[in-house]
Amino acid sequence: MTRTKRSAAVIALGSAVALLAAACAGQGGGGGGSTDADADTITWWHNSNTGEGKEYYDQLAADFEAETGVTVEVSAMQHEDMLTKLQAAFQSGNDEQIPDVYMSRGGGELQTEVETGVVRDLTEDAADEISKISAFTGQYTVDEKVYALPYSMGIVGFWYNQDLFAEAGIDEVSPSPTIEEFYGYVEKLDAAGITPISVGAKDLWPAAHYWYYSVVRECPFETVESAIENKDYSDPCFIKAGENVEDIIAKDPFNKGFLATGAQEGPTSASGLLATEKVAMELAGHWEPGVAGGLTEDEQVPDFLGWFAFPTFEGQAGDPADQMGGGDAWSVSAGAPDAAVDFAKFLLSDEAQQGFAERDMGLPTNPAATDHVADEALAQLIPVRDGGGNTQLYLDTRLGQSVGGAMNDAIGLMFAGEAGPQDIVDAIQSAAESE
Amino acid sequence: MADDVTTSDVAASPATSPVQGAAGRTSQVRPAASARGGRRGMNSQLRKRLEIFFFVAPALALFGLFVIVPIATAVQMSLFRWKGIGPLVDFVGLQNYVSVLTSDVFTGAVVHNLVIVFLSILIQLPLGLAIALLLNRRMWGQSALRTIIFVPYVLAEVVAGVIWLQLLQPQYGVIDAILGAVGLEGPDQGWLGDTDLALGTVMVVLTWKYLGLAVILFLAGLQGVPEELYEAAQLDGATWWQVQRKITIPLLGPTLRTWGFLSMIGSLQLFDMVWILTRGGPANATSTMATFLVNEGTQRSNFGIAGAASVVLFVIALFMAVLYQQLILRRDTRPETGRK
Repeated sequence: MTRTKRSAAVIALGSAVALLAAACAGQGGGGGGSTDADADTITWWHNSNTGEGKEYYDQLAADFEAETGVTVEVSAMQHEDMLTKLQAAFQSGNDEQIPDVYMSRGGGELQTEVETGVVRDLTEDAADEISKISAFTGQYTVDEKVYALPYSMGIVGFWYNQDLFAEAGIDEVSPSPTIEEFYGYVEKLDAAGITPISVGAKDLWPAAHYWYYSVVRECPFETVESAIENKDYSDPCFIKAGENVEDIIAKDPFNKGFLATGAQEGPTSASGLLATEKVAMELAGHWEPGVAGGLTEDEQVPDFLGWFAFPTFEGQAGDPADQMGGGDAWSVSAGAPDAAVDFAKFLLSDEAQQGFAERDMGLPTNPAATDHVADEALAQLIPVRDGGGNTQLYLDTRLGQSVGGAMNDAIGLMFAGEAGPQDIVDAIQSAAESE
Repeated sequence: MADDVTTSDVAASPATSPVQGAAGRTSQVRPAASARGGRRGMNSQLRKRLEIFFFVAPALALFGLFVIVPIATAVQMSLFRWKGIGPLVDFVGLQNYVSVLTSDVFTGAVVHNLVIVFLSILIQLPLGLAIALLLNRRMWGQSALRTIIFVPYVLAEVVAGVIWLQLLQPQYGVIDAILGAVGLEGPDQGWLGDTDLALGTVMVVLTWKYLGLAVILFLAGLQGVPEELYEAAQLDGATWWQVQRKITIPLLGPTLRTWGFLSMIGSLQLFDMVWILTRGGPANATSTMATFLVNEGTQRSNFGIAGAASVVLFVIALFMAVLYQQLILRRDTRPETGRK
C-alpha cells in the first residue's frame, strides 16, 4: 500500500511539475524565434486618449498609411496605464510586445533603456529633424547619440488667477518676478483672505518642483550636469536651493492640508483648487490649462489663467533665462522596422507639428509650428522657453525613478517640516551611490 | 485583495467542519474495507488516489503557477539589483535585505502595520461583540440594522476610500464643515495632512469599513449557541449579563478567534485604503509594508528592494500566522478531536 501511495505521489508530483514547466515555457518562449520584420505594419503607443487629441493622432496615422502604405496600429492609452504597459513590454523582452514607436520621457529612464539596448539610435536616421529641434534633444541624448525626437517641450511656472490677483490689489504682475516681488503677492493675497498657493504634496512631485526650480536658479546648468555625471552633489548651491524652499514654506502660503492634497485628481486637488478659484496660484507645467479645464463645471479652460515664471533669487548663480520643465518625445524600439523611424520623423514634420500646436496638445518643438499655438496662456510660455536659456528636465525624471524617488521623498519631508536642506542632498547622494 | 481572501475564508470555514467529519468517518470505515482485503482493496485504493490526484492536480498546478512561482521569483529578484528591464545579472546577495531592514521608512511601516493589527483587534472586538449581542436580540428593524452595519464592508475599498478622502478634505470637506457649523475647527493641516493624526484617522476609516465583517461573523457564531442553554440559564434565574458572560461569549470563542486571525492578516497586508487616503504620507506617517514595496517596485523600479521587502512581509505574515495558529487557534482544534 505504501508503494502505491508513493508511486501515486510521484506521479502527482511529476505531472504537476510537467504542467508547471509547460506553463513556464509558454511564459518564457516567443522572444527569440519570431521576427518583427513585418515591415508593413508598425505599432504606435501614445497617451492622447481623449477627444480632439486622439482624433488628430488617428488622422495622422491614416495620413501616413495613405502616403506610404504602411499600416499603423494605434494604441491610445491613459498616461499611467501606458507607462505600466510599456514597462511590462520591456520586461517581456519580446519584440512582438514592445511597441515600435512609443513615448519617451528622457532622463534616467531613457538611460536604462539605452543600457539594455531596447531603444534605437536615431542620430543618423533622423539627422534633419534633429538639427531642427536641436535645442531640445539634449535630454534625449546619451553618449552623444540621440534616442528620441522631442515633439513637445514645456516649462514649469506659476499659473495664477488674474481675477483673484486683482481682488487682492496686485495691479502689476511681473512675467519673471524676483522672490521679493513674489512674497509681495503672497502677502497681499493673505491680507485679502485669499489662499495664495495650492500644492499637491501628497503626490510629492508638485512639492518637489519647488526644489528643482530653486536648483535651476541657484546652480549653473553645468554644475547640475556634472553633479549628475559624477554622482557628487556636494556643491553648496544644492544646500542654498533647499534653504530657499524652506523660506517659501516658512511664509505658510499653501492651502490648508497641502500635505494630503493630490496633484490633479478631482476638485479638491491642487489643480482643482486653482480651477475652482479657491486659491490664487499653483506651480505647474504646461499641462495646467488642460487639467484645470477638465476640473471646472463647464469643462472649459478658465479664462482667468495667467502665467509667470518661477521667481529669481538675489545673487543666484544660475542663469535667469534657464527654466525647468520637460517634454515628451517619440522613441523607436530596437526591434522596429525602418518604417517606424519614418513615422517618428513624420510626426515631427512641420504640418504634423502645426496641427499639434493648433489643437493645444502641447508646446511644439519644431520652430515652424511654435507660432501656431492657439491658446494664449499657453503661447505665453513659448518665448520664455525659447529665450536662450537651458531647460533643465524635471530632476526626478533626469535622475531616474530610483534616485528621483528618494529625492522627492526627502523634499516631501521638508514640506512636512521633518527634513532640512542637507537631508535632501544626503538622500540624493546615497541613492545615487547605491544605484 | 484582502477582501477576496477573507470572504472566501468565511465561506470556507463552516464548510470545512462537515468535510472533516466525513473524513473522520471514512477513516473509521476504511479498516473494515481493507480487512476484506485482496487485490480489489489495493485497486480501489489506487483508484481512489488517482481520482484524488485527477481532481487536485489542476488546482495544484494553478496554485504552483500563481503562488509558488511568484514567491520564488520574488526571492530570486530580491538577490539582484534590477531596474525592471533586461536580464537579471547584477547579483548583490543579501544587500537588498540589508537596505530594506535598515531603512527608516520600512521599519516605520512595520511599526504602523503592528499598530494597526493590535488596534484593529482592540477596537473592533469589543465594539463588534457589543453590536452583535445587541442585534441578536429580537427587536424592531433588526434586519435593517444588520444591513446598515454590513454595508461598509460590501462597498469596494477604493470607492469607500475616495468617499472618505472627500469627507476628510480640510476646510471644504463635510467633516470640517460640520465641525465649523458647531463652532469647532478641524486640525490645521487636515485630518490626513497632520503627521500626528493621519494614522489615527486611517484607523477610524478602517474600523468603519471592517466592523461590519466582525459583527456579521459574530452574529453567525451566535446562531450556533444552542437555545437550550439559554433556557436552562433562564430557569436558573441568570441575568442577561450573566448569560452573555457565562454562555454566549465562551461559546462564541472559536468565531472570535477565527475573526482575529482574518483581521490580523488583513491588517498586515493593508494597502488600498492607505494608498487612496494618504499614499503612506504625510512624511511616511501612515506607510505600511505594502505601500513601501509598491513604492519601491512600480514607482521607482527598484525591483530588487521591492522583492526583498515582499519576502520580509511574507516571512512576518507567515510567522504571525503560525504563531497565532499555535497559541490561539489550537484551542479550537485540539479539544474537539479529543472529545471525539
